[in-house]
Amino acid sequence: MNISLGPILYCWPKDKVLDFYNKVAQSNVNTVYLGETVCSRRREVKFKEYLDIAHQLQDAGKQVIISTLALVEAPSEYTELKRQVENGHFQIEANDMAGVQVAKQLGVEFVCGPTINNYNLASLNKLQSWGMKRFVMPVELSRNWLEKVIQQEPALGFEIEVFGHGHMPLAHSARCFTARHKNLQKDQCGIVCLNHPKGLLAQTQESQPLLRLNGIQTQSAAAIDLSDQISDMQALGVDYFRVSPSSLTSVNIAGALQRGESVTSPFERCDGYWFDQAGFNLTQPEQPA
Amino acid sequence: MELLCPAGNLASLKTAIKAGADAVYLGLKNDTNARSFAGLNFTPAKLQQAVQFAHTNRRKVFLTLNTFPKPGEEKRWYEAVDIAADLGMDALIVADLSLLDYAHTHHPQLPLHLSVQASATNLGALELYKQEFNIERAVLPRVLSMKQVRDLAKVTPVDLEVFAFGSLCIMAEGRCHLSSYVTGQSPNTGGSCSPANHVRWQEQGQDRLTRLNEVLIDKSGVDEQMGYPVVCKGRYITEESAEPSFLLESPTSLNTLSLLPELAKANVTSLKIEGRQRSPAYVEQVTRVWRQAIDTYLANPDQYQVQGEWNRVLDKVSEGQTTTLGAYERTWQ
Repeated sequence: MNISLGPILYCWPKDKVLDFYNKVAQSNVNTVYLGETVCSRRREVKFKEYLDIAHQLQDAGKQVIISTLALVEAPSEYTELKRQVENGHFQIEANDMAGVQVAKQLGVEFVCGPTINNYNLASLNKLQSWGMKRFVMPVELSRNWLEKVIQQEPALGFEIEVFGHGHMPLAHSARCFTARHKNLQKDQCGIVCLNHPKGLLAQTQESQPLLRLNGIQTQSAAAIDLSDQISDMQALGVDYFRVSPSSLTSVNIAGALQRGESVTSPFERCDGYWFDQAGFNLTQPEQPA
Repeated sequence: MELLCPAGNLASLKTAIKAGADAVYLGLKNDTNARSFAGLNFTPAKLQQAVQFAHTNRRKVFLTLNTFPKPGEEKRWYEAVDIAADLGMDALIVADLSLLDYAHTHHPQLPLHLSVQASATNLGALELYKQEFNIERAVLPRVLSMKQVRDLAKVTPVDLEVFAFGSLCIMAEGRCHLSSYVTGQSPNTGGSCSPANHVRWQEQGQDRLTRLNEVLIDKSGVDEQMGYPVVCKGRYITEESAEPSFLLESPTSLNTLSLLPELAKANVTSLKIEGRQRSPAYVEQVTRVWRQAIDTYLANPDQYQVQGEWNRVLDKVSEGQTTTLGAYERTWQ
């Protein structure tokens, strides 16, 4: 199984981002996605700097893919997206249909990220005809779903990636929930997300962890952990297993998984979606070591 | 400017048309649409009656096919497309790529409207759907500010439809997994957000507890007016504040009566009223108000003013009896 590192979904200071990718460069993880996917106001690391990091990672032998914004609203965001796809060197991960459109027009191969609605084979084949070479399964879909798609067409014309480890992006809004929590206007937010490098935990009034507020993105409070399913995924035909970064430790986790070792999750775990259940359920408790 | 109203059954459709709707949208009685609730929606036979009634009254009727075909079960969705074409319906509201492709290939004469569930918020996405499937119209997600709607309207290759009134989704529609995270079912996969069989109300002393698949969404006084429980409108605590609050949004509805002149000037083609799950009485009251508002505006655009009575009627049928401009207003964001 190829282990990939997804884009950093949180707003980290530049130094921490550089540390993270230095660590990645020295690791055994071979596939890396990078770029801002959540909020165009986050500019701690500018696109040009991301490109520099991308080149360094490529020089270190990594397969590098530039991830793009999931919610493209303002004309300026669309212009910036075009500039990113036109980078001329790296493949991109499209997280909005605008990314698909730009890549298709330029004839650039692309990965469909988890926020593109892919719910059946015919849609996937359509995207493949436009240049999609890999897709990341939407997080709410299951093993059964994937098995049916593969049964319908055993020789798929694209690769499969599963979001297998980390806090799942569940929704995107125009509203910035982090700024709102601080009584700040979105346009004068002071990049308050920097204060929440793992998002802001929201719990029910019975103290059940439920969500993580990450700017305009709402994540699962629990972290999906399908690491004990990797061999089954491999048999099924999954090509990539994504670890979504939550800290520098995620590089160690991805590295261990790449070596075929088992990992312990530092977070409350969930795996429900994979087993056709509510996403927050945990069906496979961790085996005591 | 078209007034597009919801119909969960034939009574609502007739009511909407009598109250002044220019067009009505509805869904089949199965999971091909995202309001798949018991007792709601149309069998093919009822659909035929609906189309007949609408066309006799020279109004339009659109079929909502806004869920995503499941592997191995695609036939149900394709059949729905064929039914709409056979009945001569005025448009299909579609989100899924494969369904757009099927409809465009097999029924090129049938107008296609891109559903809000396709989550197209920008020029690139609209161009893609126009070039590939010749969509005629797109329904914009409730994430754009009024300025962004205006900017998009200047360059769009297709007609634009916006939500004017009704329950407020605060997430980019079609890409929200909050419901399935808690219940296992989402609009995309199961045909509804927060399915009713997962909702439970529980009284505990002076409190009413609202649970969704046993997760406590809200705790309120027994006399407090509550909206339908959805994850995004619950009261939660954070690691920084133990005082429960509506961290994402409070129960409220969207009401854009005050934006009507701006929407008209931006050349928005259609104003959509949400609420296929609501009663014929709701449909009648809301349709009447919006008919009056649009007519008032068109009669004398410069003199248009929102009448207090209109808002009073709409507030009464709104979630939490309050309304908002939502994302249209930048400060809401």
